[in-house]
Amino acid sequence: MPDQHAHDYEDPLAAGNIGMGSSDVIAPGHTFGSVTDKISSIVLTQRTSIGWYLGFLTAGSLAILLLISLAYLSVKGIGIWGNNIPVGWAFDITNFVWWIGIGHAGTLISAILLLLKQSWRTSINRFAEAMTLFAVACAGIFPLFHTGRPWLAYWLLPYPNTMGVWPQFRSPLVWDVFAVSTYATVSALFWFVGLVPDLATLRDRSQSRAGRMIYGMLALGWRGSARHWYRYETAYLLLAGIATPLVVSVHTVVSFDFAIAIVPGWHTTIFPPYFVAGAIYSGFAMVLTLAIPIRAVYGLQDFITLRHLQNMAKVMLVTGLIVAYGYTVEAFIAWYGGNAYEGFMIWNRMTGPYAPFYWALITCNVIVPQVLWFRRVRTNVAALFMLSLIVNVGMWLERFIIIVTSLHRDFMPSAWGLYRATFWDYSTFIGTIGLFLTLLFLFVRFLPMISIFEMRTLVPEAKVEHEI
Amino acid sequence: MATGDTYSLACTQYHHLMEGRGMVRVATRDEFVKDPTIVHKGFEAPPRTLTLYPDFKYDGYKWGMAIDVNSCIGCNACVVGCQSENNIPVIGKEQVLRGREMHWIRVDTYYSGETQDPETYFQPVPCMQCENAPCEVVCPVGATVHSHEGLNDMVYNRCVGTRYCSNNCPYKVRRFNYLLYQDFDTPSLKLGRNPDVTVRSRGVMEKCTYCVQRINAAKIDSEKAGRKIADGEIKTACQQTCPADAIVFGDLNDPKSRVAQLQAEERNYSILADLNTRPRTTYLAAVRNVNPEIGE
Repeated sequence: MPDQHAHDYEDPLAAGNIGMGSSDVIAPGHTFGSVTDKISSIVLTQRTSIGWYLGFLTAGSLAILLLISLAYLSVKGIGIWGNNIPVGWAFDITNFVWWIGIGHAGTLISAILLLLKQSWRTSINRFAEAMTLFAVACAGIFPLFHTGRPWLAYWLLPYPNTMGVWPQFRSPLVWDVFAVSTYATVSALFWFVGLVPDLATLRDRSQSRAGRMIYGMLALGWRGSARHWYRYETAYLLLAGIATPLVVSVHTVVSFDFAIAIVPGWHTTIFPPYFVAGAIYSGFAMVLTLAIPIRAVYGLQDFITLRHLQNMAKVMLVTGLIVAYGYTVEAFIAWYGGNAYEGFMIWNRMTGPYAPFYWALITCNVIVPQVLWFRRVRTNVAALFMLSLIVNVGMWLERFIIIVTSLHRDFMPSAWGLYRATFWDYSTFIGTIGLFLTLLFLFVRFLPMISIFEMRTLVPEAKVEHEI
Repeated sequence: MATGDTYSLACTQYHHLMEGRGMVRVATRDEFVKDPTIVHKGFEAPPRTLTLYPDFKYDGYKWGMAIDVNSCIGCNACVVGCQSENNIPVIGKEQVLRGREMHWIRVDTYYSGETQDPETYFQPVPCMQCENAPCEVVCPVGATVHSHEGLNDMVYNRCVGTRYCSNNCPYKVRRFNYLLYQDFDTPSLKLGRNPDVTVRSRGVMEKCTYCVQRINAAKIDSEKAGRKIADGEIKTACQQTCPADAIVFGDLNDPKSRVAQLQAEERNYSILADLNTRPRTTYLAAVRNVNPEIGE
């Protein structure tokens, strides 16, 4: 539903041709001014809608649920969750991998597509990057708080200390610390550097003193001189270059947490590529989940056009097929490899106590997304939204299946057990969704969710200048 | 009287079939006499040459344990002995139902044969103190490390509780303090504890240490007397409690020690040897002398 306030300013477009069915990355008729007006007005001039307050309140309440859960966890211990022996990791690491995976689409869109000069990335990169940052923030909570003594988790960092002890560098968890902290740092820098010119725009257009002060400070004295632009472009490109390998490396390292271990169902060489594809798959699903309502609510159909949605759907189709290949190879090698433990593991996944989840995962991640072969589905916004939710669920199930079904029946039949989630397992997970949405609500309200200056390069005015 | 109610039984073992994984090896006397290697058939360990790394060197002692499946009567006395020796908390029914029992040694029960009249096997399972320990390499803070006498030491002070070691332990002998299971405050309980063993707080992993406190006490005594520890001088708590003498502990570097001789027997096997963990706790296969006339 387009929000009423979205059309308070003079819309240069006739209502009919807002990008529907067009293959453009921006609807026709826009100028430098209209682009800036439209995006900055969401932050500066439009009245904050009741819907925003309601959404923020809901998300904020869930974020408070997260705080309560983590506080109780810190006081009582991991035992408030359902984890046990043999299932030492369950929701905690499932959620960690799920959130980290979601972040990957943001980095792919902002870094790799930038280097590949895919101009369609422009309108979605800002909030995809924000999504990355918030997803990494949610992800980071789990490895920290899932430890028995979170106040000592900093021992995983290599720092000189009076104990004279270093981390144990052969452990993939230490590699994880490097991978995830690098990822968080680069994502934050990339996002902030990309924001600087737009923050300056907001500073210049802000009507309030507080706005001018805050945006002014964040804009770091940006004046838009040629020298500024030159340095900005260099820095941004460098950051894109640094971020690009992270798209592949972070989830590869995350997959090592499993692949390095000897647990049947974890000890698999296909994990790194299959995890990376899964990460991008779930990430694009999340971008769609967020982009579709946002473009409807804020009337951004001009900027996030059907072409964007279609392209993202295609990326999902491809990565979904890679993931499906991963599932197939996992099952095939379990049989072909002739290892009895592996064979039992896959059989147990398919027919054991968690089989309904396995088949739900196959349905969500492999079967349903095949509708993306049809253009009609790829251009149907409601269908894409539904599908993106299904893939989000499927990717969460995938991690749950990998972690819990592998652990609960591994080598010693006498030690087999079951995992059952508790209230606090759910509350912590839902709480991180609350935190994610809270940050997102704040983001769309206080920062330009689409890159204003990059969108301006897409309008015809920019092209003419370029050709002269 | 059928009430229709259901009730959850707090068990520590829910699956009693071996699934062909050779936890307990059994042969009849005749089979064993005909071919003493029968207990190893189908469970060959990979060759020792499959590594780039040199073996650990043990100049002094090299501790090991042999458990005779033939002798074990499944009385669980070892579990209780271990529990009192090592200050292991009793965690209650609700936590056991969640699968968090803290026993450092457990007695696994397996059945085979007819459902009506199954064969029953008992197998005490402490930490295997693997030579290639999967737990050691995955700990991010080095809280579980290989000692120069072959034990997998747990450093409670260093453990942050990622539980990765337990996930990677194929024997699932590690135990985690999911909650604060110890009562540090009740004065009367303090007297019940072994002062030689650390009382673990919540959030740390723990497991069988081969009663390292007894090893160290014996070492101090022997060093004061300027001699080596004699075979049989150290008895682990489980060994000491076992009424069937099924558990033998000692120095594998001493070829005359009882444990070294037992491990040299044909009946000696390792659980999950195919994983190349090279456990230092090994088992002696059950050899049953079946009377062909009554079949028992």
